[in-house]
Amino acid sequence: MTELSKTGAAVGEPVSGSPAPTAFLEVRDLKVHFPTDDGLVKSVDGLSFTLEKGKTLGIVGESGSGKSVTSLGIMGLHTAGQYGKRKAQISGEIWLDGTELLSADPDHVRKLRGREMAMIFQDPLSALHPYYTIGQQIVEAYRIHHDVDKKTAKRRAVEMLDRVGIPQPDKRVDNYPHEFSGGMRQRAMIAMSLVNNPELLIADEPTTALDVTVQAQILDLIRDLQKEFGSAVIIITHDLGVVAELSDDILVMYGGRCVERGPAEKVFYEPRHPYTWGLLGSMPRLDRDQQERLIPVKGSPPSLINIPSGCAFNPRCPYADLPKDNVTRTVRPELTEVGSKHWAACHMTQEQRQRIWTEEIAPKL
Amino acid sequence: MLAYLIRRLFAAAVMLVVIIVVVFGIFFLVPKWAGVDVATSFVGKQADPAAVEAVAQKLKLDEPIIVQVWEFFKGLFVGRTYAGGGDVTQCSAPCFGYSFRSEQAIWPVLTDRFPVTLALALGAAVLWLIFGVAAGVLSALKRGSIWDRGAMVVALGGVSLPIYFTGLLSLAIFSYGLGWIDAQYVPLEDSFTGWLGGMILPWITLAFLYAAMYARITRATMLEILGEDYIRTARAKGLKEQTVIGKHAMRSTMTPILTMLGMDLGALIGGAILTETTFSLPGLGQAVLQAIKNQDLPIILGVTLITSLAVLLANLLVDVLYAVIDPRVRLA
Repeated sequence: MTELSKTGAAVGEPVSGSPAPTAFLEVRDLKVHFPTDDGLVKSVDGLSFTLEKGKTLGIVGESGSGKSVTSLGIMGLHTAGQYGKRKAQISGEIWLDGTELLSADPDHVRKLRGREMAMIFQDPLSALHPYYTIGQQIVEAYRIHHDVDKKTAKRRAVEMLDRVGIPQPDKRVDNYPHEFSGGMRQRAMIAMSLVNNPELLIADEPTTALDVTVQAQILDLIRDLQKEFGSAVIIITHDLGVVAELSDDILVMYGGRCVERGPAEKVFYEPRHPYTWGLLGSMPRLDRDQQERLIPVKGSPPSLINIPSGCAFNPRCPYADLPKDNVTRTVRPELTEVGSKHWAACHMTQEQRQRIWTEEIAPKL
Repeated sequence: MLAYLIRRLFAAAVMLVVIIVVVFGIFFLVPKWAGVDVATSFVGKQADPAAVEAVAQKLKLDEPIIVQVWEFFKGLFVGRTYAGGGDVTQCSAPCFGYSFRSEQAIWPVLTDRFPVTLALALGAAVLWLIFGVAAGVLSALKRGSIWDRGAMVVALGGVSLPIYFTGLLSLAIFSYGLGWIDAQYVPLEDSFTGWLGGMILPWITLAFLYAAMYARITRATMLEILGEDYIRTARAKGLKEQTVIGKHAMRSTMTPILTMLGMDLGALIGGAILTETTFSLPGLGQAVLQAIKNQDLPIILGVTLITSLAVLLANLLVDVLYAVIDPRVRLA
């Protein structure tokens, strides 16, 4: 029985074909493929999810699972400024507040960028222009969408820098990115992305390039700002600790597809996909005996040109032979509901997974 | 910024002194080691020993090298006096000495010819910057297209074809063939249109070569910059694509182009020998070519010094522009 909740559901199975989604952000069957000399790279291959205002969705997965490609796809950055013949092939639907972005006029989408949806990038040093001051860059971001003079915009920039916790913002506003520390730079980046009060904030590995001591501060800041601005947040990371801290819901990606998604506590305490088990097993925990070894996921991420047939995870899955008739290697598993608002794509039966999780996996974590 | 400027100026001044000493050293020591007596070469082939002696004394060629360098320095900044062989010549600053062949003072020769070379270099630079950079940017934005391939083939041609080929070809077509342009050099004071007519083919020929190089560098740099994270950030802000390219990407692309421009301009101001010879332009390049043929050391020395000074000034200018463009440089 599906329990599609009408209120406050951050994750639910999108109903395909219905033209006016009620969710704030709804992604339907998103595919992003890149033609290369070696073949078609299927970075994202049929991804669907929804997100409501005020909620945080954590997208987790290893490098090359399609996390960043998804976020750039929502922002429309695969098509903007694409030169040369090889264009990314994007299909599916992305509904943001009632507008379908993939079929919308590119200039309309451009105007939404920065104002309705904004993005924080992984490495704030390379994501900020080295030749312009922090202030100039924030002022520019503000003035694209607001018809104000430079003085007003600069006041706004100082205000934002103050809000994200930069000391002496009226002085630091005239500094260049290289004069900021890593954490300060990421704060400035956050200030720049929030300067227009966007409804949707996408943070692509916002703490990966930062010092461990600064990571928690930045995550706290993102959480506080979300409460204050009430925006929807997508946080992309390979660090389960980060999503545990911030997310209402978690979406686990593998090989360009969603393998499991659901409310954070469900995915953490009752995961129903072997890949999620692997992620949890490879996460270091301070509250455990250091003598215990981490359990890595065996093998390496799949080639996105030749995605394994059947379940993409089957070559690395220790339980691939459990389902009958070699079905893991021939039939691609679809997402099925395994609990309230909790979905997983695995051929094993619910009972098998329940048993493996409680008897074999959970005790070792 | 001011501290940076003062540092650069000071460094340039020190560099200038070093250059004068080294250049002087090369031109007065090398003949000595090669067994060529400068005084004999001044006087001529069937030299009267007494005359040679007089010349050596007058030019202080028999003095130790330190004294010679000092005399040369003095000549440059306060003027010097040549005495010997019965007469006294006062050479006022800046004194580069006298031509061995024509016995003319060097400084007026340099000031006569310098504007021609300067006009040639600057005019060509304007042309190659406009066309080279524009072609490079367009090629980068339309990578892989017919335009890109075509432009890069033309650029390859431009880089490979020597000036004396493209120069003569342009003369043959536009001047002798079609008769559109009278390619005779006319001084600017005499006639502006005549001067323009005389300069236009040298400008285009020289600019063609450099525009080709600049187009290739611009294309490569632009392609690299377009892959930078901060360009993606600029788009994520909602900037129009023309602003992303024209403002954010162009500013970074200009850095290597300016570096090249400084060095190229400096080198060209020292004399575009091939271009000046092909088009019979009375510039520094032609003067130094003549001087080398005649073993006229003082002229070679003078032109070399002017060239060094031009390279030095061009680099100083580039350093300043660099600091204006890239704030990280100001700290270095």
